[in-house]
Amino acid sequence: MTWLTSLGRYYILMTRTFSKPEKFSIYRKQIIKEIENVGLGSLGIVAIISLFMGAVITIQSAFGFESPWIPLYAVGVASRDSIILEFSPTIVSLILAGKVGGNIASEIGTMRVTEQIDALEIMGVNPSGYLILPKIIAAVFINPFLIIISMFLGLFGGYVAGIFTHAVTSYEYIYGIQYDFRPFNVSYALIKTVVFAFIITSVSAYHGYYTQGGALEVGRSSTKAVVYSSIIILLFNVLITQILLS
Amino acid sequence: MIEVKNISKEFAHKKVLKNISIKFEQGKANLIIGESGSGKTVLIKTMVGLFNPDEGQILFDNRDFTSMNYKEKKEIRKEIGMLFQGGALFDSQTVEENVIFPLSMFSEMSESEKRDRANFCLQRVNLVNANKLYPAEISGGMKKRVAIARAIAMNPKYLFCDEPNSGLDPRTSILIDTLIKEITEEFGITTIVITHDMNSVIEIGDNISFIYKGEKWWEGNKSEILKSDNKELNDFVYASKFMKRIKVGL
Ligand SMILES: Nc1ncnc2c1ncn2[C@@H]1O[C@H](COP(=O)(O)OP(=O)(O)OP(=O)(O)O)[C@@H](O)[C@H]1O
Ligand SMILES: [Mg+2]
Repeated sequence: MTWLTSLGRYYILMTRTFSKPEKFSIYRKQIIKEIENVGLGSLGIVAIISLFMGAVITIQSAFGFESPWIPLYAVGVASRDSIILEFSPTIVSLILAGKVGGNIASEIGTMRVTEQIDALEIMGVNPSGYLILPKIIAAVFINPFLIIISMFLGLFGGYVAGIFTHAVTSYEYIYGIQYDFRPFNVSYALIKTVVFAFIITSVSAYHGYYTQGGALEVGRSSTKAVVYSSIIILLFNVLITQILLS
Repeated sequence: MIEVKNISKEFAHKKVLKNISIKFEQGKANLIIGESGSGKTVLIKTMVGLFNPDEGQILFDNRDFTSMNYKEKKEIRKEIGMLFQGGALFDSQTVEENVIFPLSMFSEMSESEKRDRANFCLQRVNLVNANKLYPAEISGGMKKRVAIARAIAMNPKYLFCDEPNSGLDPRTSILIDTLIKEITEEFGITTIVITHDMNSVIEIGDNISFIYKGEKWWEGNKSEILKSDNKELNDFVYASKFMKRIKVGL
């Protein structure tokens, strides 16, 4: 199938997904459930990765700045910018594409091949609305919080690593992360996060929804979901950066 | 009444349904029988719109389903209860939640009314004390019965059952057949049942359509089917030693 047909099918699926829900109370319940799934379920992995990557980013920055001409607080500045601009919004979103995206595709794919989606359809429920919309809303809502937590933990990991390796002093690091701080960078990161959250959930749901066959194909859809949502995230990363930062 | 007129359907150049026309009457159990792979499941899935027919018309009480848009089809579907061959229960929901689901979606019942209704339906399929279990924790026959309970929860006008008693023991099987027949007559439902089971055919077959290689080969009722001289039908009906013995007795 050409990418154009896929794009068309994706578009049709999204228009169905965003049509008026049958019953708001049920959708509300689903959204809360998905927020728990996507948000709380990913908190652990986001925290661990952010702490360790923050540490490494700081150590690497310090390693690169071993010059008498560069003030030590630059380590803080560099860590902060790497974490806020790129690591937390993009890398953590890519990790979430693997975790959440794979999960969504296999859940919806399994429902497809076991006729659960047909069963919804026959009841007169709009299956894409019922299954996909709550996931998109939940991720678009909760991912920014995850990313903000990731930013703080990344900076904290950097702080701890910087102090322990004597790469930087506590005073300089904290001075550095505040130096010339631009709130717009955080907005930029959160805009990316929201777009990526939409990509992860909708692209993965698409791959799950159009699964054909059995358990084997569900696995394949899940892999495709991760690969495609990651690639699309990377493309949009360039696009959004070009639009917002240049 | 549901009327199927000249329905044809092919998958990748393989003709699965060939010009099928059948009238399914209200208040009666309309049976579809035929060999495995003859196209029975495809026929009823086409009737409810899960597949689009290549040709032909489907009329639900004279409302032309085939020419409806998605929204209009959705309205008709709220009047349909369907039991899938594989059950198609929602894995993430308990037995009780599965039966309650359509009620929550489309009725204004209170929580306790919904639970009562679900329990009532589960009792009718002889399934008690399984409310809190998940589909993965119950047997195949139990799944089938939950699926039937879910299909009848909304008091459907049209009931489609794809092999309701495959995988059930003889006693439960009869219970399900009797239940289907009872509610069909009691509520004037247009019921369509796919079955392989000759026992069900004799028990509840008001109208029987025999599908052979995608064609409607024969139709009649339960007394006619035993006396028919149609070769393919007889091969199907009298495949077992048990049925052959019955034939000798006739
Ligand atoms: N989605 C599909 N795509 C392609 N071919 C299909 C599809 N569904 C069914 N078929 C084909 O249609 C034919 C009829 O299948 P169907 O499921 O209707 O059989 P059946 O009469 O219900 O058999 P059984 O009693 O075993 O359930 C089979 O040859 C099958 O391979
Ligand atoms: Mg079948």
